[in-house]
Amino acid sequence: MERIPILQMGDFLLVTIQVDMHDQLALTLQDDLSERISSTSARGVLIDISALDMVDSFIGRMIGMISGLSRIMDAETVLVGMQPAVAITLVELGMTLPGVSTALNVERGMKLLRERAYSQ
Amino acid sequence: MAVLQQRTVNALKTSDAQLTSQWLADLEQSGTSRNLKAEDLKQQTSEFLRLLTSVTERGSSLSITSAEWDETRQFLEKLSHNRAIVGQDSQQTANFIFSLKGPLFSMLQAEYADEPSLMAEQLWEISQLLDALGMHTIRTFQKSREAVIKRQQEELLELSTPVVKLWDGVLALPMIGTLDSQRTQVVMESLLQRIVDTGSEIAIIDITGVPTVDTLVAQHLLKTVTAIRLMGADCIISGVRPQIAQTIVHLGLDLQGVVTKANLADALALALRRLGVTVSKAV
Repeated sequence: MERIPILQMGDFLLVTIQVDMHDQLALTLQDDLSERISSTSARGVLIDISALDMVDSFIGRMIGMISGLSRIMDAETVLVGMQPAVAITLVELGMTLPGVSTALNVERGMKLLRERAYSQ
Repeated sequence: MAVLQQRTVNALKTSDAQLTSQWLADLEQSGTSRNLKAEDLKQQTSEFLRLLTSVTERGSSLSITSAEWDETRQFLEKLSHNRAIVGQDSQQTANFIFSLKGPLFSMLQAEYADEPSLMAEQLWEISQLLDALGMHTIRTFQKSREAVIKRQQEELLELSTPVVKLWDGVLALPMIGTLDSQRTQVVMESLLQRIVDTGSEIAIIDITGVPTVDTLVAQHLLKTVTAIRLMGADCIISGVRPQIAQTIVHLGLDLQGVVTKANLADALALALRRLGVTVSKAV
């Protein structure tokens, strides 16, 4: 079965979405990620969606939920590299993802994650 | 299939010069020839008569959608396109064809003086044909005008959304004119694209040039701000004039979570502070 890889980098987990997200894939990712956060006790999660160029309301909601669940498991979450078209679509759908931290690219996202995770 | 009588075609050929001069006189009288060069008009009239004669001579059907009329249609399309560019209105353009009716009818009258029934039939055919050609001219004319308007609209949209780089990592978008959904869309797209291209962290939207702010405009602004935040950049709105601030408060609009500044200088100062840049006077 197709899976989205979750990479560990020190205290952080790195999720790079490189394929078209479909509903089952998003659900699997949610399960996998929560498992991994609990098993590795990660301090932060970085989700890179720069390769994602199409979203629907379900995927938008899943992105929001994945960020939310990581936060509840005490891992800071940063969403990086959202494409303009995706941002516009989400706004038009009324999904403003409140409470989700965002950054322009992976480098800035990691910087933000370090600041947040180690300042606590 | 309706065809013109051979006799009519012959008459067309023989009275060619007379038709042209009468037609030109009619055009002159109806004011259609205004803004046009006399020699151009003369050339166009004789060209059209030549086409008309050559097609009817072959005994082709009078339905102008058939292949025999291709050349004539193309001629008329080019003509009405030129008229649209020169700035003539649809009436003047249509009159080019309709002015030919008078001379043609008097020609037929003279030709068929002894056979009224045949004359009526030929008159009807010619009238139908000219109407169809005239309508075709108007249709093309309208299309050319619409194309001109569409192009101008697009140019206006492009012109009104320049994204400028103020500092390394700071983009500014001076908005001028009323904000509607279409413009907001274009503005949003170009700004977001520039943010990705330049990797800028802060975008300043300056609304000094926006005459009024109502609920819809505020909603559009909020959408843009949210989209910028989703991309991982920050947005500052500057140029909120006193009247606009009052309107926003009176309307009870919620601009919470949006950083607003009175002018562009303040916004730039804030942006520089966030970037950790200090500017000082050289002593």
